[in-house]
Amino acid sequence: MMSAIDSAFRQARAEGRAALIPYITAGFPDLAALPGLVAALAEGGADLIEIGIPFSDPLADGPVLQKAASAALARGIRIRDILQSVKGVSGQTVPLLFLTYINPILRYGFQDFCRDSQVAGIQGLIIPDLPWREGQSLRHMAHAQKLAVIPLVAPTSTDAHLMEIRRARGFVYGVSVTGVTGARTRVDHGVSLLAARVKSQVNLPVAIGFGIATPDQARQVGQVADGVIVGSALVDAIAAQPDKAEAVAFRFVRNMKEALTNIATKA
Amino acid sequence: MSTTEVPNRQGRFGPFGGQYVPETLIPALDELELAYRAARKDPHFRRELHELLHEYVGRPTPLRLAPRMSEALKVEVFLKREDLNHTGAHKINNTLGQVLLAQKMGKTRIIAETGAGQHGVATATAAALFGLKAEIYMGLEDVGRQSLNVYRMKLLGARVHAVESGTRTLKDATNEAIRDWVTNVRDTFYVIGSVVGPHPYPMMVRDFQSVIGIEARRQMLKVAGALPSHIVACVGGGSNSMGIFYPFRRDPVRFIGVEAAGEGLHTGRHAASIQAAEPGILHGSLSYLLQDDDGQVHPAHSISAGLDYPGVGPEHAYYHHTGRAQYRSITDQEALSAFHQLAEWEGIIPALESAHAIAWVIKAREELGAQNARVLINLSGRGDKDVDQVFALETKSGHRATSHPGEGSDA
Repeated sequence: MMSAIDSAFRQARAEGRAALIPYITAGFPDLAALPGLVAALAEGGADLIEIGIPFSDPLADGPVLQKAASAALARGIRIRDILQSVKGVSGQTVPLLFLTYINPILRYGFQDFCRDSQVAGIQGLIIPDLPWREGQSLRHMAHAQKLAVIPLVAPTSTDAHLMEIRRARGFVYGVSVTGVTGARTRVDHGVSLLAARVKSQVNLPVAIGFGIATPDQARQVGQVADGVIVGSALVDAIAAQPDKAEAVAFRFVRNMKEALTNIATKA
Repeated sequence: MSTTEVPNRQGRFGPFGGQYVPETLIPALDELELAYRAARKDPHFRRELHELLHEYVGRPTPLRLAPRMSEALKVEVFLKREDLNHTGAHKINNTLGQVLLAQKMGKTRIIAETGAGQHGVATATAAALFGLKAEIYMGLEDVGRQSLNVYRMKLLGARVHAVESGTRTLKDATNEAIRDWVTNVRDTFYVIGSVVGPHPYPMMVRDFQSVIGIEARRQMLKVAGALPSHIVACVGGGSNSMGIFYPFRRDPVRFIGVEAAGEGLHTGRHAASIQAAEPGILHGSLSYLLQDDDGQVHPAHSISAGLDYPGVGPEHAYYHHTGRAQYRSITDQEALSAFHQLAEWEGIIPALESAHAIAWVIKAREELGAQNARVLINLSGRGDKDVDQVFALETKSGHRATSHPGEGSDA
């Protein structure tokens, strides 16, 4: 049984490149922009899309994504509205993943959240404050709804952790640095080591995120990983021109995609 | 009254607790737990900490009958004097333990969160004692309100970071401290100030604060010839209360945790997370949490900065869940009134936090009297830090907080 996530990575691999995975915060600049943004990202060349559900205390996020979440919450965004909005766009586009923190999911109810996410067309969940060892019951409920719970691996992660996540589904989210989300001036030299460690132990695609801001950085990471995740830099670009969010998002993703594709043609 | 030993190996207090942090921190928590469990059994570590508590902090702190308060309330009341510790509160018991551990683990950098600045000052003090560099995260709101504590931390050689995100208070300072730790995890020790956070913090902070209850148990037997019938302590995150409760957990003693009702539970402007009893996950553990229907964390409110936190330690949630402790709440006004009352009765100005515990005993005096109660209150800190704030409040409103109704003749 191949999931939409598996197919997206397989397709990218067949084209000899890494998958491109942009992140946007739902409700930023406003919720009405979400369907158009998702369409623009898909058209610009995204292979999968992460949609962030804002949380009041995003302890894994740097300033850009903190501000986007605060702005969305200040406008009174609700999880039910996000689910409704996503339902309108999923299926017409690339696989969608939710990224949020554990408390909103706990409050919604694990089972209800998994069911409603599945109904909305979501393929997987990324929860930065739910480490693998605490995730068993949520994984159980998510799997029952054919949702993947994406495991994270950090530069500090042990081999024992890599062994455990062999049972995971979807892909492995490799955190490029010890730190929070946010653009960085260069790719940490530990990234290739991290990607290689994961690949040697886990039979899942590995996508790298945290700190990737430019097409050049995406190209570097794309040479060692199966996927490249870009969040803060994209949200920052949208924040700079909120009235042109779709055009900005399209151009941003297209430039990244070209950088990833060029490796393939050169190789 | 049997209580299963908690936490279990997964860091659970019944359903509460756990380790809800980014994967990056998991190896650091494992390393910390290993180091702490070894230190706890190590006679050298224990002796060194004991000596510091004795010679530097001034422990054991006194425990004594509060004679005029007892007479006025017609209830026998004893006070455990944590206000007499170096730096003025119980916080130092924990920071010395953690910084000593940090030093043993070879960590060169100390970070901490602080609300009003008490834990920040206690951490900066311990770091200075060991010649370590401390960086303290404090919400911008609190930096403005507590400028003297900011200066104290600087005097002690610490660097204070004003946190501008979110509500700019303790919860956001804690987020920022965790973000720092995720970034600098390899050389940094995060000194958490209460029985909150991911395992092993709630257990470790409880153990370091248990010195309060261990002393108090011995002192009660000596001073009163019997155990107390009730132990009363304020609960914000819950470290002074857990510290005095825990060593009595197998005794027939009732535990009363007093939360901050702020402007009243019905106003929504309070910090009584156990009264609200909504399970939630914040700062690494599952406990009770003030939040809205979408799980967004609700800002807390209390006149007392040390109780102004939307969560509570997971072991308190467990004690509430099992019924081992009862939790009550006291409003800002009631606490202010008790602040004056204790000063006049006993010549002791309590911290506004501790005044919540005093206020509950005043409020419950008839019920306690009827039970022939022998009440032990943990006086967790002294009120010097609050004098300016109370003075400003009363100057603004034009009158002082009145003594408790029915206690007028003693005022």
